[in-house]
Amino acid sequence: MTPIALSLPGFPDAAPGAGLAGGILIGLAAALMLLGLGRIAGISGITARVVGLGGGIDRAAAVAFLVGLPVGAAIIAMAQGGLPANFAGPIPLIIAGLLVGIGTRLGSGCTSGHGVCGVSRLSTRSLVATGTFMVAGIATVAIMNALGLEVLS
Amino acid sequence: MTMRKVATSLVAGTLFGSGLALGGMTNPARVRGFLDLFGDWDPTLAFVMGGAVLVMAIAWRFQPRMIAPLFEDKFYIPTRKDLTTPLVFGSALFGIGWGVAGLCPGPGIAALVIEPVSALIFVASMIAGMGLVHLLKGEG
Repeated sequence: MTPIALSLPGFPDAAPGAGLAGGILIGLAAALMLLGLGRIAGISGITARVVGLGGGIDRAAAVAFLVGLPVGAAIIAMAQGGLPANFAGPIPLIIAGLLVGIGTRLGSGCTSGHGVCGVSRLSTRSLVATGTFMVAGIATVAIMNALGLEVLS
Repeated sequence: MTMRKVATSLVAGTLFGSGLALGGMTNPARVRGFLDLFGDWDPTLAFVMGGAVLVMAIAWRFQPRMIAPLFEDKFYIPTRKDLTTPLVFGSALFGIGWGVAGLCPGPGIAALVIEPVSALIFVASMIAGMGLVHLLKGEG
């Protein structure tokens, strides 16, 4: 993975090359959904469709998209001989999962639908949603750090 | 037509999942590092978002020149423009959840092959949250 092992001055832990390459793959995936199937690649919406909590894309296509997510991650994990993963414990994961599930349905989207597909077409709703979840996420991490709440092992 | 739609969707999902993993988004430590703007900030996620938005902005330039998508009879693009309380309140709740565990829906599902038990706890809770909204809205 040498070509993408770039570094950013002042941020020794950042992986800008791998980040940009990953972002381009995500953009190509979203472009394929738009130009191929005429749909927004919004993962919260696609998930709701799969479990019968929302409409939209054909059910079989929605299932195929969700199946592809871990398949793609597995390909990269195999190519790189494993992937670093540092997850929170069960209680924070349950709280986070509930908030993400409730929030993305009320807010009609997540990082993919609003953050990538909506922001790139300058949708006002998506720009507002993205700004809101970014600020909320940054504030949450800042408050948790200030309170000394360590969730990752 | 259905087979082609399913195949296209599988390819798109696989590309998406590989992009998330390559960009480090399946590692919650990296995502929380990005959100830790006032601490030990890790800007990687900005490059992921930047790359994705750039490619997608080009796709949006192509879209109006196409009569229909390749494998579908028309485009299904959101038309709503109204800024509502649920949009902002929901996005805020989502952002808090994102900050707590460093996971959003895509990476949570992609991580099912990386950290299966943790990812499953997150995804199951997320679906429960979605179900709750569905019930409260009286759609169940």
